[in-house]
Amino acid sequence: MTKIKNLIYVAAGLAILVILWEAVVLTGRYEASLLPSPLDVLKAAVQLIKNGTLFSDIKVSLYRFIIGYSSAVTLAVILGLVLGRLTRTWKIIDPIVQVLRPVSPIAWFPFIVLWFGIGDMPAIVIIFIAAFYPVLLSTISAVKKVDEIYLKVARDFGIRKTNLLTRIIFPASFPYIANGLHIALGSAWVFLVAGEMVGAQSGLGYLIIDARNSLRSDMVLAGIIFIGISGLLLDRAIRFFEKRVEKRWGIVSREGI
Amino acid sequence: MFIQIKNVSKEYPDTNNNAVQVLKSIDLDIEAGEFICLLGPSGCGKTTLLNLIAGFEKVTSGEITINGKLAVEASSKHITIFQNYGLLPWRSVQKNVELGLETKDRSKSERKRIAGDFIELVGLKQYARHYPSQLSGGMQQRVAIARALAVDPEIIFMDEPFGALDAMTRINMQDEISNIWQKKKKTIIFVTHDIEEAVFLADRILVMSPNPGRIKSVIKVPIARKRDRTHPDFLKIRNKIFEEFEMKEKEKIEYYL
Repeated sequence: MTKIKNLIYVAAGLAILVILWEAVVLTGRYEASLLPSPLDVLKAAVQLIKNGTLFSDIKVSLYRFIIGYSSAVTLAVILGLVLGRLTRTWKIIDPIVQVLRPVSPIAWFPFIVLWFGIGDMPAIVIIFIAAFYPVLLSTISAVKKVDEIYLKVARDFGIRKTNLLTRIIFPASFPYIANGLHIALGSAWVFLVAGEMVGAQSGLGYLIIDARNSLRSDMVLAGIIFIGISGLLLDRAIRFFEKRVEKRWGIVSREGI
Repeated sequence: MFIQIKNVSKEYPDTNNNAVQVLKSIDLDIEAGEFICLLGPSGCGKTTLLNLIAGFEKVTSGEITINGKLAVEASSKHITIFQNYGLLPWRSVQKNVELGLETKDRSKSERKRIAGDFIELVGLKQYARHYPSQLSGGMQQRVAIARALAVDPEIIFMDEPFGALDAMTRINMQDEISNIWQKKKKTIIFVTHDIEEAVFLADRILVMSPNPGRIKSVIKVPIARKRDRTHPDFLKIRNKIFEEFEMKEKEKIEYYL
């Protein structure tokens, strides 16, 4: 019942947006190239789907995203698990991370091109940078939050060193790490598009640049909508995963997030 | 003597870094296979004493030996059972009970068999594949008991293990642990603030009092098992302990007058 109600809210929100949009277009004060009408955008979207551009761009973008995101996650989680335990080492590294973290991954672009060339790599590296810091920091704070009782149990049963990390600390902090993965996914997706706008000849970001170059603002908007939808789907997928983890770990899930 | 505690004191720094004495010159000998209850109000240092014997904390002065060896670190020869169970929520009942066996060079099938036996012993055979969050408090504590027994420890420390359970479950668990103790003949050191629980379970009850924590008196419970909670002998000992605590109240009143 609540599901149907929620669906009605979503539909209402979208309908209001489209009506307002169409109303502004109907005033006739803006040219079609400045503000394409909903119908034009829909047509452009259908065209992108039909001629296969959309599908191949999504495929390329997802490929880059998965490579960049998963390598960032792997490295950041491993580093986070170790650094979370090595309090003193972390105190040395923490200031460096705090300085680098607020820098937009795009700022690295000149170096990225010099070091990694063009093609898939710049986008992958930018996604890597975007995902790396949030996962690293959430893993470290998750490790520090591990309930004392698990460490006591581990000591009692003689679980030490690598076993302690893999059997106790990693799983015990996993729900919080999963939360970090969720946050990182969102910010990495934002930078995927940025990465493809400056260094690529394919992908969803390039789709927009290409449409702009041919003065197709309807296609630009269609591209934006596709990026939004695919980001939303990714977010839902990882949120589903996060909920499963929380349920298994017996954490009461917070409503309405 | 199996466990020897000689003139043990323990101090903690308080917020102003002054030493606060939590335990003062504790002397105690415990025989192998004995069931000892540490009984007292909160703040009397009973949990601290338990943690010292278990090797989770270090004595300020004095010494504790188990089997002639200084008790300075946790070991799977003695396992602690906590009030909040300390089960690993990401592992099934079966895998939780196997935890302590994993560091003991046992084959997978052997681990499975041993864990299965102890899960059966605590009456949870049909729940082996469940996860802790799916079980009631009493069942979770049974899992913790099975997990402790599985590594065949010489001593089991129990820190108010039934404190979070409702009254009926509590009585059932007391019966259960009494049966297990008779079957397995482990040394059990059991912390509680429930007088009846102590009289039902213990061979000897150490009545402790606070400020600083010390052993006020040692009460033997020479009643055959299984004990009847309504038998006159039972009630006599129970009343004796009540008086012990009552006397303390009087002292306090005199002091304030």
